[in-house]
Amino acid sequence: GRWSRLAAQQMLSQDDILGFEPLGNVTLIHMTDIHAQLTPLYFREPEVNIGVGANRGEVPHITGAEFRRFYGIEDGTPAHYALTYNDFSALAKGYGRMGGLDRIATVIKAIRAERPDALLLDGGDTWHGSYTCLKTAGQDVVDAMNLLKPDAMTFHWEFTLGSDRVHEILDTLPFAALGQNIFDAEWDEPAERFKPYQFFEKNGVNIAVIGQAFPYMPIANPGWMFPEYSFGIRDEHMAQMVQEVRDQGADLVVCLSHNGFDVDKKMASVVPGIDVILSGHTHDALPEPVVVGDTIVIATGSNGKFVSRVDLDVRDGKMMGYRHKLIPIFSDVIAPDAEMAAQIESSRAPFLADMQEVIGQAEGLLYRRGNFNGSWDDVICDALLSEREAEIALSPGVRWGPSLIPGQDITREDIFGVTSMTYPEAYRTEMNGEFLKVVLEDVADNIFNPDPFYQQGGDMVRVGGMGYRIDVRKPQGERISEMTLLATGEPIDPARNYVVAGWASVNEGTEGPPIWEVVESHIRKLGTVNSDENTSVTVDGA
Amino acid sequence: MDNVKPRVKVPSKASAGESVTIKTLISHPMESGQRKDKDGNVIPEHIIDRFTATFNGETIIDVAMEPAISTNPYFEFQAKVPESGTFTFTWHDQDGDVYEETGEITVG
Amino acid sequence: MGAGAAFLALLPFPVSAAVEDAVTEFTGGTEPGEGGVELNAPEIAENGNTVPVEVSAPGASAILLLAAGNPEPVVATFNFGPMAGSQTASTRIRLAKTQDVIAIAKLEDGSFARTTKNVKVTIGGCGG
Ligand SMILES: [Mn+2]
Ligand SMILES: [Mn+2]
Repeated sequence: GRWSRLAAQQMLSQDDILGFEPLGNVTLIHMTDIHAQLTPLYFREPEVNIGVGANRGEVPHITGAEFRRFYGIEDGTPAHYALTYNDFSALAKGYGRMGGLDRIATVIKAIRAERPDALLLDGGDTWHGSYTCLKTAGQDVVDAMNLLKPDAMTFHWEFTLGSDRVHEILDTLPFAALGQNIFDAEWDEPAERFKPYQFFEKNGVNIAVIGQAFPYMPIANPGWMFPEYSFGIRDEHMAQMVQEVRDQGADLVVCLSHNGFDVDKKMASVVPGIDVILSGHTHDALPEPVVVGDTIVIATGSNGKFVSRVDLDVRDGKMMGYRHKLIPIFSDVIAPDAEMAAQIESSRAPFLADMQEVIGQAEGLLYRRGNFNGSWDDVICDALLSEREAEIALSPGVRWGPSLIPGQDITREDIFGVTSMTYPEAYRTEMNGEFLKVVLEDVADNIFNPDPFYQQGGDMVRVGGMGYRIDVRKPQGERISEMTLLATGEPIDPARNYVVAGWASVNEGTEGPPIWEVVESHIRKLGTVNSDENTSVTVDGA
Repeated sequence: MDNVKPRVKVPSKASAGESVTIKTLISHPMESGQRKDKDGNVIPEHIIDRFTATFNGETIIDVAMEPAISTNPYFEFQAKVPESGTFTFTWHDQDGDVYEETGEITVG
Repeated sequence: MGAGAAFLALLPFPVSAAVEDAVTEFTGGTEPGEGGVELNAPEIAENGNTVPVEVSAPGASAILLLAAGNPEPVVATFNFGPMAGSQTASTRIRLAKTQDVIAIAKLEDGSFARTTKNVKVTIGGCGG
């Protein structure tokens, strides 16, 4: 609104945001995990983001005041608002929304005006996450992104459009679709439609960009939607590709990755010869690169809140120096690019009336990010419990989904922002207490296994109607205890069956109404949505 | 059994004495005998229980297969190619059927 | 998140008597040593119904492949003939749950070698 625009403009200018003292002869621009968010939004960063094993207490596993102290960020500053969770609602009123692909277009054009040879690289999770993206099977985002003229991209949620649709889009994609770890599942050979790498000669420098798609696609998402493909980290094949591009004369090796941050750090330590890893998937936003050996690892956040600019000095086939800036996209400060704004407006026009319908109001802050729960997920779990008449609700710990600040209307578009996907069925089934424990243990090990190569990069499954205790340091099978049915306060009985409602099952043939209908019906009944503190999970070992 | 289709990937050329990589696939349910139908009755085991590959009549590999081999059995292995000749791949179904596929390679 | 269509016990499992019986049958009771056989399998299976596994033992005449946590642990026996280009083979196997996969090779000198790799089979779901 007008107030936030004024406040933000007093603190910031477009020139401040874009200011960058150029370095060397190569510029990389990284964006990732925009989750189809074409328009400005609020997105609260996590309060709880626990690191385990060697990554305990290391970035990105520090949050809030500790994060600000680590990076020397003053309280109340734009960086405080953009990068940490504290005082989010108050700061949001001052600094306003972030992101918007029209603002990103302005930033990219400005960088290119200064550095015409800059490479724009998209880390994936691009064609997923909004009302219009779901309704157009990704077309609205594809059309908008094409205006930005990226040089290459890699993939994750894109595959949940189904492989036929992915192939259809790839047939028209005017830039490189990369993934050295995307293999043909039948013959175990590199998939023909995805190249492992692409060379770019820019400013006399031979740059090889190697793609690394999300390794755990058929585990974290429904494999039956893309049965032709197999993924995996394939670090040995990555090492071969690095050697291959070096042998072909690469001066600079860039990995455009959707591994997640800790996986990328480990990959940098086991695969020699990568200069820069542009890291996506875990949605971390870091104001400085993390250095692993001779590799710098860059994390650019999510939902269009940030773009990274990396200038490199490459001489004699070696990276001699770098300068980096995580550019925050303050929507009220950066002028929208007219061409992109028109494109977005026209793609939204057919759906505008339907998606802007007001369903209810947010009394408290609705957010998702955090290892264990978020107030948006509490609303979804409550909706599942009441609308599907269940004792226990399970909601996936995905990391996408914009926040709403207190006093905001909740529109249908907002509900789709936290629920939109191609396997939305809100199932209702019975599970016994023993199986519920197996589920929690299984998901917990995907997040808290001390070996990053076992981490899939989501957050813990959200639970409604049940509380539990977790010790993140323990091995699988021993982390979860004190499972309690909140309605009665009684311990969960391993042998008893409970009625469980959930959504986003990876199993083919799951039945139920789409989750957004369940949530909409619930919010209509509530009118005003409150967000009480959720104390149902007790965490040890953080 | 009907509709069982073997497929092989064999290079058509090699140099004398070279080792070549061979990949084979065959469409077959490999019914494990561990599954139950909707009425709770065990679906009887029905698998391919042996696979062999030969070059000019001499054995490359001979595999004894159990029900834990996945649907559409896949094998990848390497063969010596001292001269031009014929690969013969044979799958033995438990029901007595035998499926065969061949591939030619020229050494030059 | 799984919808709970199938119950899977996903925890590691002690090696059963059936495994040791199968090993003894293959080795004739000779205690296998370490080294000389390799087993490649993913850390996490993309799909427990089709897990890629590669076994390799230079000079071996045969390699026995076992899945220690399956109801029937024996998976396959690879016998290499004179035209084998290497004593290496890959296949795809079913794993009922997280478990150890075991390879035992009969080496040129008549001795045996054993190696193990744990493969995680997960329910899946969720993501960033
Ligand atoms: Mn992702
Ligand atoms: Mn993402």
